[in-house]
Amino acid sequence: MALKKRVPMLEQSPEERIKNFSEVALGYTEELALLEANRCLQCPTHPCISGCPVEINIPAFIKAICEKDYKKGIEILKDTNNLPAICGRVCPQEKQCEAQCVLGKVKGNDSVAIGRLERFLADLDLSLEISKHRSDTENTGKVAVIGAGPAGLTVAADLARMGYEVTIFEAFHRAGGVLIYGIPEFRLPKDIVEKEVNYVISLGVKIEYNQVIGRTIPFRKIRQDFDAVFIGIGAGAPRFMGIPGSNLNNIYSASEFLTRVNLLKANEFPKYDTPVRIANRVVVIGAGNVSMDAARTARRLGAEEVLVIYRRSEAEMPARLEEYHHALQEGIIFHWLTQPVEYIGDINNNVKAMKCIKMKLGVPDESGRRRPIPIDGSEFIVETSLVIEAIGQKANSVLRTGFPGLKLNKWGYIEADPETGATNLEGVFAGGDIVTGAATVIEAMGAGKRAARAIDSYIRSLKRA
Amino acid sequence: MAYKILKKKRLAPGLYDFLIEHTTIPLYARPGQFLIIRIDERGERIPITIAGVQENSVRIIVKCVGKSTYKLAMMKEGEHVLDVVGPLGNPSEIDCYGRVCVIGGGVGIAPLLPITKALKGASNHITAILGAATAEFLILEEEFRELSDELIITTDDGTIGKKGLVTHRLEELLNAGERFDRIWAIGPTVMMKFVSAIATRQEIPCWVSLNPIMVDGTGMCGACRVEIDGNMKFACVDGPEFDGRFVNWNELIKRQHQYKEQEKAALELFKKEAGDLSWL
Ligand SMILES: Cc1cc2nc3c(=O)[nH]c(=O)nc-3n(C[C@H](O)[C@H](O)[C@H](O)COP(=O)(O)OP(=O)(O)OC[C@H]3O[C@@H](n4cnc5c(N)ncnc54)[C@H](O)[C@@H]3O)c2cc1C
Ligand SMILES: Cc1cc2nc3c(=O)[nH]c(=O)nc-3n(C[C@H](O)[C@H](O)[C@H](O)COP(=O)(O)OP(=O)(O)OC[C@H]3O[C@@H](n4cnc5c(N)ncnc54)[C@H](O)[C@@H]3O)c2cc1C
Ligand code: SF4
Ligand code: FES
Repeated sequence: MALKKRVPMLEQSPEERIKNFSEVALGYTEELALLEANRCLQCPTHPCISGCPVEINIPAFIKAICEKDYKKGIEILKDTNNLPAICGRVCPQEKQCEAQCVLGKVKGNDSVAIGRLERFLADLDLSLEISKHRSDTENTGKVAVIGAGPAGLTVAADLARMGYEVTIFEAFHRAGGVLIYGIPEFRLPKDIVEKEVNYVISLGVKIEYNQVIGRTIPFRKIRQDFDAVFIGIGAGAPRFMGIPGSNLNNIYSASEFLTRVNLLKANEFPKYDTPVRIANRVVVIGAGNVSMDAARTARRLGAEEVLVIYRRSEAEMPARLEEYHHALQEGIIFHWLTQPVEYIGDINNNVKAMKCIKMKLGVPDESGRRRPIPIDGSEFIVETSLVIEAIGQKANSVLRTGFPGLKLNKWGYIEADPETGATNLEGVFAGGDIVTGAATVIEAMGAGKRAARAIDSYIRSLKRA
Repeated sequence: MAYKILKKKRLAPGLYDFLIEHTTIPLYARPGQFLIIRIDERGERIPITIAGVQENSVRIIVKCVGKSTYKLAMMKEGEHVLDVVGPLGNPSEIDCYGRVCVIGGGVGIAPLLPITKALKGASNHITAILGAATAEFLILEEEFRELSDELIITTDDGTIGKKGLVTHRLEELLNAGERFDRIWAIGPTVMMKFVSAIATRQEIPCWVSLNPIMVDGTGMCGACRVEIDGNMKFACVDGPEFDGRFVNWNELIKRQHQYKEQEKAALELFKKEAGDLSWL
């Protein structure tokens, strides 16, 4: 009789992990993975697959684990997913494949831990490097990919596997997008990202770093030099609350705070040259995944007290439950139904406190969530000397000036066909956060996969014409 | 990656002129734009204005103020910096305005050079005011003499040109009935602040090039935010040039000092390792 509950994954204890940046979840050993894999019912209807945005053949890779044929398991994963070690760590599986799992619908049973099994195989692949894929049929054509985030890396890998010559242009000195500068080391180690990027490079993809297309090289030049272009530049620009005092010192956007630490290693200052400020008491505004990452990072940098302030209640919080629980374990304190209205600075322009107001929930708004309404006269002061705003990102304004002729929607995101990624410009495709607004790694990858197919047929049609 | 230092020249104590190999910046850079350098694996991203381009290289002029700029100044010809990203920021708005006064202070004289060239090319009458602490810190005097219709030099101690500040010279000119259609001022933030105050009184549009602390330089982090006419702008993508009459100068100056303690500690540690740096 199979286990009812999923096999737990080893983790660093909260007391230990708040003192380091090493990965919190330690993964399955072979023994644990086999126990978990054997829980899978191998349902003929396999609803789990439909829950996966890139449609990994889930029962098949789990079966391969049961048979200890790990090489085959990895091939099945990489058939549809070029970055499984990343997905196994950061995908919201509980809302996707695992939510559909038949076993999870049986009372008293947990769904199969599909994500953990994916991670187990992918990590094995990284240590053994047993798989290499490239198609036998050589296609001819040159494709430019702008941005080396999950969307761009996926398009590039898929097209390279079809035999195309692909060059990625990346603004930063490292590839991975948010995986590198946003998601912290303790959730997604950077050497894992680097290894998966190296896998993409091993397929023949070239990466040109330090190029901000639309600024350092004009977009028209890229269009001239390539048969097709994919834009996957993410939605990196920070939103600010815009309340009085927003430009005081020690008020960060989450993007700045996380980039300093993740990409530029400010946690190792002065060994690394980029500094970051920290305080005994840090306030993080917002309660999404980005906010959890910022709060937990602040804790690891040495903040004794980290408060998360959110204008709705726990029930509406957009963060993944697992991340929220990890944050609670690490001593992060949550203040629900609270909204900052003004920052207060000292004579040196450093923030010293913020004025907040209590909120109550009204009727649901367009998002279906109950709308927060300020309660008159409920203002109070929270003292703090460091604030991180994690209230969301938006499209970078470079898009408006740097990509002439490209059609954008009213929020400044690119208008692209959801099925193909085609934009209003011929031969120009787009996908990922820059089309959908801030979403998930796997959705960006799904968009990349669809665009790769569309780019392939576009270039074939060019050749026929 | 890795970009070779083709030439390095000492212009004044702590002021260095570099030519760095680059294939794309020379094709696309325009006056007023900047680049970002990361020296090595542990380096921070340092923004520097583009002072000029040649066929296969880009010119920058750098002042030693802290660890990173000291480290850069210590590098030799033939060595490589790890990353160079550019051009970034918006180009200066070059047009035929009529009579233009360009004002440079210290290392700010360097970014002013390509702008002045372009303004001259657009048939403006150029009055240049260059200021330095003492004679030995004055840079690019010859290049400006060629470009300007009138050149005025000032030093704090009077070792060359007139004694005093660039703002005194500007006031003098205006008091003597000189009229300018536009001012460009690049130099220490306090200098730009006081030039802007004069421009406000005289109602002259006055471009300044702001240098808040930056991280990515592409509009992604908000570190470089400045208040312009009550609105939040990002200097790296909305600037770096703004009309100085509308800049919240006091806030900018305080934001520039955010990391003072860390910078000081890093520099002291660096000096311990690198030894005496006074030769720079
Ligand atoms: C802190 C944080 C935590 C997150 N946690 C999760 C999570 O746990 N699970 C999950 O599924 N999702 C998570 N997300 C969301 C997820 O990371 C994004 O949805 C995903 O990365 C989007 O991929 P993308 O390829 O569209 O863009 P990005 O990952 O944003 O990549 C875009 C790339 O393009 C580059 N670029 C930008 N402009 C240019 C230009 N003009 N020229 C060249 N290059 C350019 C950027 O430098 C970047 O490398 C998180 C996001 C953040 C910010
Ligand atoms: C658009 C722009 C153009 C610039 N052009 C030039 C130039 O042509 N020549 C030149 O010598 N300098 C220029 N600077 C300033 C130069 O970037 C800083 O002097 C340098 O980053 C300081 O680094 P450091 O480690 O040596 O000193 P630090 O010890 O880090 O800092 C010393 C002082 O430099 C300033 N500073 C620190 N970090 C930054 C940063 N990332 N961005 C901006 N300022 C910072 C702060 O005011 C600080 O107090 C420019 C800055 C900007 C934003
Ligand atoms: S739904 Fe669950 S039990 Fe069924 S095949 Fe998929 S993972 Fe296995
Ligand atoms: S430096 Fe990051 S937004 Fe300007």
